Amino acid sequence: MEFSLTKRQKMIRKITREFSEEYIAPVAEESDQTSQLDPKVFEIMKKMKYFGTCIPKEYGGAGLQDDTISFCIVTEEIGRIDASWSITTGVHCSVCAYPIYIYGTDDQKDRFLVDLATGEKLGAFALTEANAGSDAGGVQLTAVKDGDEYILNGSKIFATNGGIAETLLVVTTTGQKGRRKELTIFIVDTNTPGYSVGVREDKLGVRASNTSELVFQDVRVPEENILGKVGQGFRLGMQILDYGRILMAAQCVGLGQACLEASIKYANERVQFGQKIGRFQGIQWKIADMATAVESSRLLTYKAAYKCDIGEDYGHAGAMAKLVASESAMQAAHDAVQIHGGYGLMKAYDVERYFRDAKMAEIYEGTSEIQRYVIANHLLRKGF
Amino acid sequence: MSIIIDTEECTGCGACVDNCPFGGMEIKDNVACITGECTLCGACVDVCPVEVITIEKEEFKIPKMDLSKFKGVMVIGEQFRNEIQSVVYQLLGKGRDLADKLGVDVSVVLLGSELDDKLKELGEYGADEVIYVKSPILKDYYSDLYVNTLTEIIQERKPEIVLIGATPTGRDFAPRLSKRLYAGCTADCTGLDIEEDSGNLLQTRPTFGGNIMATIRTPTSRPQMSTVRPGIFEPIENIKKKPKITIIEKKLDEEDSVTKILKIIDKEKIAINLEEAEVIVSGGRGVGNKENFKIIEDLAEALGGEVGGSRVTVELEWIEQDRQVGQTGKTVSPKLYIACGISGAIQHLVGMETSDIIVAINKDPNAPIFDVAHYGIVDDLHKVVPALTEEIKKRKSKN
Amino acid sequence: MKIFVCIKQVPGVSEVKIDPETNTLVREGIPSIINPMDKNGIELALELKEKYGAETIGISMGPPQAEEALREALAMGLDETYLLTDRAFAGADTLATSHTLSLAIKKLLENYGERDNYLVICGTQAIDGDTAQVGPEVAEELGIPQITYVQKFEIRDDKVIVERAFRGEEVVIIETKLPVLVSVLRDLNEPRYPTLDGIVDSYEKEVKYLNHEDIEAVKKNIGLVGSQTEVWRIFVPKRKGEHIILEGSIEERVSELCQKLKEDKLI
Repeated sequence: MEFSLTKRQKMIRKITREFSEEYIAPVAEESDQTSQLDPKVFEIMKKMKYFGTCIPKEYGGAGLQDDTISFCIVTEEIGRIDASWSITTGVHCSVCAYPIYIYGTDDQKDRFLVDLATGEKLGAFALTEANAGSDAGGVQLTAVKDGDEYILNGSKIFATNGGIAETLLVVTTTGQKGRRKELTIFIVDTNTPGYSVGVREDKLGVRASNTSELVFQDVRVPEENILGKVGQGFRLGMQILDYGRILMAAQCVGLGQACLEASIKYANERVQFGQKIGRFQGIQWKIADMATAVESSRLLTYKAAYKCDIGEDYGHAGAMAKLVASESAMQAAHDAVQIHGGYGLMKAYDVERYFRDAKMAEIYEGTSEIQRYVIANHLLRKGF
Repeated sequence: MSIIIDTEECTGCGACVDNCPFGGMEIKDNVACITGECTLCGACVDVCPVEVITIEKEEFKIPKMDLSKFKGVMVIGEQFRNEIQSVVYQLLGKGRDLADKLGVDVSVVLLGSELDDKLKELGEYGADEVIYVKSPILKDYYSDLYVNTLTEIIQERKPEIVLIGATPTGRDFAPRLSKRLYAGCTADCTGLDIEEDSGNLLQTRPTFGGNIMATIRTPTSRPQMSTVRPGIFEPIENIKKKPKITIIEKKLDEEDSVTKILKIIDKEKIAINLEEAEVIVSGGRGVGNKENFKIIEDLAEALGGEVGGSRVTVELEWIEQDRQVGQTGKTVSPKLYIACGISGAIQHLVGMETSDIIVAINKDPNAPIFDVAHYGIVDDLHKVVPALTEEIKKRKSKN
Repeated sequence: MKIFVCIKQVPGVSEVKIDPETNTLVREGIPSIINPMDKNGIELALELKEKYGAETIGISMGPPQAEEALREALAMGLDETYLLTDRAFAGADTLATSHTLSLAIKKLLENYGERDNYLVICGTQAIDGDTAQVGPEVAEELGIPQITYVQKFEIRDDKVIVERAFRGEEVVIIETKLPVLVSVLRDLNEPRYPTLDGIVDSYEKEVKYLNHEDIEAVKKNIGLVGSQTEVWRIFVPKRKGEHIILEGSIEERVSELCQKLKEDKLI
């Protein structure tokens, strides 16, 4: 069992950290206030290939498709500075670009991957609907065959990157299969008549990340755009979410790390009752628990990434990672604000934002309840 | 390096021509000779059946020096647009001190074009001799002309110590000179002394940004060269010395240099950013309003420093965001930090407490800033700061 | 055109400590980085590569862990890198260091069959030694012109045109020909970050190791033996510990403050 990172992974962490501190950190607070991702940062992120982390070089990506741990490191380091950027690139890569690479036909890869990997086009995964949240199988957006095209009708909500994406993976229902709905995933180019972006949500946290309603009115999509096959939508969808979950866990590890670092710094500086507050046990215990939780999250996340890379079944490992990482991030953010006292409630201090960002993580990409379901389901049905 | 072909023994077989990867060999009049393409790679040497080709590599030798032949302290002067730079007077002062300890003379070398009437007064600052190399082209600085000229002078005069100002100009030619003479050079010295028994020069300099000091010696080479940080040593004045003046008129023009000066552009000095400033004068709530910040700016200007402020001054828009020092602003560590009307809350202190010298001016004797300040003045900053600015300006004009 | 970039791996923190027992630097736990000005040098080399199709070669003299610095340079985009590492190089002052680097450059030029069409780029100074001497010394040993404190660099036809900034109030535009050595400052450019794919690529390239035999160095001319300067003593400068409140009239206190600042060599 090898616990150390490779030299390449260490360099990726070092560079991503330096880069994030230099370019993303200075505008993080403003992005949160204005709910806008900085366009200058966007351009540099494209050059850095953070939109193509897990896409092979031949399609213009960074070439880390077989090194999910590195992908986690990138997501974690960006997430340590700004959860919104981490989610934007994380979701774009893991649940839009990567599935096209893994499950797409050569034709689909040729048509869609390069623009995604270079960040020329942003990607999103549109699953959630008004009546289908945790109950993803309850999707109602229909795709009806018409010649060699399918006509899509319905709407999606809460699509991360949705409002600014140009390439979508849309989970549709193409009929019934016995008692269950038959689901099919389509790759949709948003530059298609009938497609429109609805409401952009004004959120509690990760505010600069775009979360939007997507409306499909007789949107025609060629059958060449089906990802996998008709009826494979549920299975593929679950696998796509399994993978994306690992990266969302990584983002939470970064957020937890940020809370920990802020808390340590403050505890070493703030003086009350004649001494640095870091000398009080109450504070010490919070920091110890925070650090332990963040480290546990990290290990679970990297283990899930490792299992993915060696071709082992990793679905429940990813769910464990996301569960622990998101709940740890929330606890860490809660304690970080508490440690900062009054200052923790002020927008001038980052921990206030971390608190709001952390709460989001307990719900998106599968609620904590769903994660528990995935884990239990795996164990009860397949054992270890 | 050179290639030698014994043309007597060469058989003209042409093996070298065939084996040369660059077309650097040809047969002429039945013997081998090199063309302009030869790169001295030596491929021909290996294949010559009669072994008539040799490549001679210059052997790199560190010169052996007879240390006893080197005597005297030589200051290499610097002039800019025919003004002798103040560092020269500082070096003469220190040079005089070192020379007196060693019982030797101090000479100063100047390269320029119109310095004739500025030479005599160098005696008042301690020079026993002034060597002035004169040529119209030396009005401007040429790296190679300086190195060539100074090499000649040093090889002729053999000083045991050479002092050069650690200005960009000095730091341009000094190392090259050091390499040409293979004499050890210590850069950016802030301390110079003579070692008691040996008479060696002890050269102290900052490393790691000043966090660690090192004392260096060059016992095996002469001259012992030091570039000296400007502003560290004091000039000595009013020494009654009539220096011996030697003027060397050199015939030099642009063709003698490997570089050509195309143009000289005058520029306005641009503002430096806070984190790199050596002096920062900061104002806090005590300043009172935006207009009063002028007195902070005036003091900063008089000291050649930058203006900073605490968080409240930024929030009240008395100064720009970029000038905020503190936990949610910038962390600075200048040589001198003057906090005016700043109480010293921890959020500000963490941004400046590692400054080398901290001065605090505040009406409130209990302000926590006084705990970290090296020098404190408990009084109204509106009175103290202008008075301080005046005093500093006065002292500057005296110099 | 071949462009050589001299790179040094240096400790990455501004606060360094001395072990009071051994009087040497405490290096544990301190991250190592590429000397910041060398990064500006690498960036210049990459820009020239993009403009003129030059080949860019990074060289560094250091212990084996300096490989990471050269790896990062490869990730930024340099074509090749060489690490000069050998116990015989250790303890070198700037004269011995510049000799070692010069021999390496000469050897590489020989291997490439290149004579005059090359450029050497150095950072003006390293944040640990701060001497700013290695650049000019390499230029002297290679017998090529040097231009230090470079603010702008251009190649026009076959002429090299450089802006040199010794002083804030003047910029001198100098023309010369290749080969030349330039030393660069932080404000020359904004060094690029290694991109993610650049990092992946760099681990598919090799950082080549060279020892003293590879560059035909003679032991007595390199390392501690080949040095002319020796460190006699290192010490931590005393930080001011006192805290005094000045007394007297405003004039008196202002005067005393100025006097103290003068003694501290601040004014």
